[in-house]
Amino acid sequence: MIERLGAVVIDRVAALGDFVVFLAQALFCVVRPPYKFRLTIRQLRSIGAESFFLVALIGLFTGMVLGLQGYNTLRRFGSEGALGTVVALVLVRELGPVLTALMITARAGSAMAAELGSMQSTEQIDALSVMAINPIQYLVSPRVLAGVISFPLLTGLFDVIGIWGGWVVGVGLMGAPGGPFINGIRQNMGGHDIATGIYKALVFGVVVMWVCCYKGYNAERMATGVSRATTNAVVLSSVLILMSDYFLTSILL
Amino acid sequence: MEATINNNGAGDAAIVVRNLRRRFGRQQVLNGVDLACPRGEITTIAGPSGCGKTVLLKHLNMLLRPDTGSIVIDGLEVTKIGERERDEVREKFGMLFQAGALFDSMTVFQNVAFPLVELTALGRGEIADRVAETLKAVGLQGMENKFPSEMSGGMQKRAALARALIRRPKILMLDEPTTGLDPTRTHQIHELVRATQRQFDLTAVMVSHDVPAVFEYSDRIAFMHGGKMEINGPVEQVMAAHNEKFELFLAGKASGIDGPPAAVAS
Repeated sequence: MIERLGAVVIDRVAALGDFVVFLAQALFCVVRPPYKFRLTIRQLRSIGAESFFLVALIGLFTGMVLGLQGYNTLRRFGSEGALGTVVALVLVRELGPVLTALMITARAGSAMAAELGSMQSTEQIDALSVMAINPIQYLVSPRVLAGVISFPLLTGLFDVIGIWGGWVVGVGLMGAPGGPFINGIRQNMGGHDIATGIYKALVFGVVVMWVCCYKGYNAERMATGVSRATTNAVVLSSVLILMSDYFLTSILL
Repeated sequence: MEATINNNGAGDAAIVVRNLRRRFGRQQVLNGVDLACPRGEITTIAGPSGCGKTVLLKHLNMLLRPDTGSIVIDGLEVTKIGERERDEVREKFGMLFQAGALFDSMTVFQNVAFPLVELTALGRGEIADRVAETLKAVGLQGMENKFPSEMSGGMQKRAALARALIRRPKILMLDEPTTGLDPTRTHQIHELVRATQRQFDLTAVMVSHDVPAVFEYSDRIAFMHGGKMEINGPVEQVMAAHNEKFELFLAGKASGIDGPPAAVAS
């Protein structure tokens, strides 16, 4: 009993160690030549460019619902003029980075885990190793780098479109005053708020790519291996996004 | 008898394995394996499922590291070398994986050219020539632009063999090259392996289920049982040795019961 418990604990600690070493290797390989520019560009396309419309769409509707809810709530206190500030701060500090990360996880992260998982199960990753090509450098590092670049950019896109969506609904449809909406944002949103959002996006970028690559890379070689890796990647990424969001907020506040 | 057979050819062997042991959890998968693969010959590793053949091959291509024991490839002890040296040794060999392990996002040309593009400074023209020459050697001329998913299993194996041969390795490792192929294709792949082995003067190590058909194309047999090398030598000698376990295996009666289950081996 105790022996088995010990074995489980050792297994878990070893797995956690593996997980951390995996990221360390991936980050190390980003800075070590040979650089994989072409692969990074390709990943930027599949993580970044191809998520563009999805992120824009989600940003638009998130901003619109914020405009709607914000207007109805603020009107009770007679402070419709604060609508712009509320929408912008909520988006830039919180919802922008988190929802963008969740959407990219769902779209690109799951695909990445499945792709690496099937490469693992068909021995393509072993084939790279045997050809004397470092599979982490070839497969993982470009994805992590592409994540770090594209997450903040997509988050920025989400924020801008979201604020516009809030303006359209709050000012355009509901009739909140337009001048205070813009001025409120100008006066109350500082560089610190924007920096908070960018820091979060950077951290989420690393976390999502790390988890999704790790889960795919270590998929079990059996029929359910790839599907399990994909599910685990999405669940763990989402959980870590929301958990790290709390801690980041408490540090950056 | 076994001792003399086991020592046979160890003097000038491309690969020498001594007392290799590897344990997974509670299972001793390799339990003191000895093997010698002489230069320029095809050594076929046979044995019941779960006897540790594939695990042994993964030690030879350095995907796994043993608990104890030694592996000498081309005169270099490889069990304790660092990453860079390991990659240097790996440049000496080509590997054909069980399902081919072609990159399915790339065409045949890109797959075969891949090691040259990634690891050499050869120009485009030279690479194209090399690929064309190698594809011809495996009988896949004109298939450059196909994707692996558009080809039959036999053709995928050929393309994978071309990729394994593209850097003109000295050593070729094959993990069950005929699994999933019909008897005609199996025969063709065996002949192809023999032909390319002669053409490129390769030392080949092949794990195969295809007994006894594969022996016709082999120079040596290494028969594994229960994580050990039961018998290892030239085909005629091994066949004449009347090893009881080997004969039971050939008769289809051997089981891997005293070896670990197959799941561990993959």
